[in-house]
Amino acid sequence: MAQKPHLSIYRRLTNQLASVAAAASAVLVLVPLMAIFGYLLYKGFGSINLAFLTHTPKPVGEPGGGMANAIVGSGFILFIASLLGVPLGIGAGIYMSEYGKNRYSTYVRFTADVLNGVPSIVIGIAAYSLVVLKQGHFSALAGGVALGIMMIPTIARTTEEMLLMVPYAVREAALGLGIPQWRSTLSIALRTARSGVITGVMLAFARVAGETAPLIFTAFGNQFWNLNPNQPTAALPLQVYVYAISPFDEWHRQAWAGALILIVLIVIAVSVVRFATRRGSFAGSH
Amino acid sequence: MGVAIEVQNLNAWFGKFHALQDIQMTVEPSKATAIIGPSGCGKSTYVRCLNRMHETIPDARVKGDVKVGDLEVYGNGTAAVDVRRRIGMVFQKPNPFPTMTIFDNVAAGLKLNGFRNRVELEEVVERSLRLAALWEEVKDVLRKKSGASLSGGQQQRLCIARALAVEPEVLLMDEPASALDPISTGKIEELIFQLKEHYTVVIVTHNMQQAARVADFTGFFLMGKLIEFDKTEKIFTNPSDKRTEDYVTGRFG
Repeated sequence: MAQKPHLSIYRRLTNQLASVAAAASAVLVLVPLMAIFGYLLYKGFGSINLAFLTHTPKPVGEPGGGMANAIVGSGFILFIASLLGVPLGIGAGIYMSEYGKNRYSTYVRFTADVLNGVPSIVIGIAAYSLVVLKQGHFSALAGGVALGIMMIPTIARTTEEMLLMVPYAVREAALGLGIPQWRSTLSIALRTARSGVITGVMLAFARVAGETAPLIFTAFGNQFWNLNPNQPTAALPLQVYVYAISPFDEWHRQAWAGALILIVLIVIAVSVVRFATRRGSFAGSH
Repeated sequence: MGVAIEVQNLNAWFGKFHALQDIQMTVEPSKATAIIGPSGCGKSTYVRCLNRMHETIPDARVKGDVKVGDLEVYGNGTAAVDVRRRIGMVFQKPNPFPTMTIFDNVAAGLKLNGFRNRVELEEVVERSLRLAALWEEVKDVLRKKSGASLSGGQQQRLCIARALAVEPEVLLMDEPASALDPISTGKIEELIFQLKEHYTVVIVTHNMQQAARVADFTGFFLMGKLIEFDKTEKIFTNPSDKRTEDYVTGRFG
């Protein structure tokens, strides 16, 4: 390291000011997250026990009981949502970036952006009229459809952006080998953009995992176990909501615990997917 | 074995710009043919017309006849993907598939065209890497390192191996050494010398010494026209056209 050059006081001051401002912003970004997580731990950790994780809710007044059915129900609804949202989102993203040199793709892009801004309760109403009214009853399927629709715009737009970042030289190499375009898109371009696309999917997943409003009149909630896509199903955010607005202290404590579990499960799910998909990759790439 | 290339009345456009005008050329089989000329003279466009890569650019257009062996490149019912499988291409900048291992890079052309025999795939990858003079340097890290982690010169040889793996009859090289250092360039040139025993090689180059070193025939392009096409010695020692002479003696370009 060379000798430190002499800096004027003015230069040194502005430099320090800029560094402090940047560091302060970084801290400020972390504060809300840490505060929420800390408060959840403080309020909810005490109520988490084996029964909470393995039992279904008890009737009002009876102590104990848990949210096991809601935990599994949330996973089930999110699974249905991903089945719908991930392929459609990635497909739309591919269309916009690879085949979208026309007016139609501008419409798709615009629609995706608008859809992203639609309040989640409105999406719930849409799923209600699309699925619940047709079926005649609430169901996990309806909840999955609502959340799946919400996943589409985020996934579509990140997929598009990530694919556009794949250099043309890479696609040209594939074409030069006589690889058909559809194959090159799926196996070369999408593979090159993979880590970014997965980030988009996880972002969409984490966002809808905590959604409550669209589930109120689709999945509806359930006090018992259910893994039938045609039946009403419990979901963690829904259960937390119902318990939180109830007048019972015991339920309030359980709502805090439920919210904590929800966040922890989202973190675990995102980490597992990251880890599992990173293993397929290797040093020197990203 | 390499095959001959017959080019007749080849014209190419970018939008309204007439980039290639009435090119006629007969490329000898299993020989190296160099395409030289100043920047923008159409030499890259020319080789990209030979394997139908030109048409992948929006607004690009081609007219004329190209025959590679018995294949009518622009014939009715000839699919571009089939043409490109028989006519390999190496680009100016090394472009390995960044998220694939060395092995997968070489195997990509076969795998993605539905080739599934694993034992044979191993053999093809080894043979191609040997042909590209890269095998010794990478044989221990085939599945551990990504293609992008190699040096520039190694990446370019990897791209050559990748092109050879689909067993083309012709290898087109678009300034394959212009992004490389002199030592890597030397290796690529040596390679071209060996490759032309098995393949018809067409190489675009900015570098006239390179053309003189590796090519049996040389074509000189100027402003979209083929000015002169002859044996390399003739082009460099006794060209028939004044413009060729001016160019090879360094009077312009």
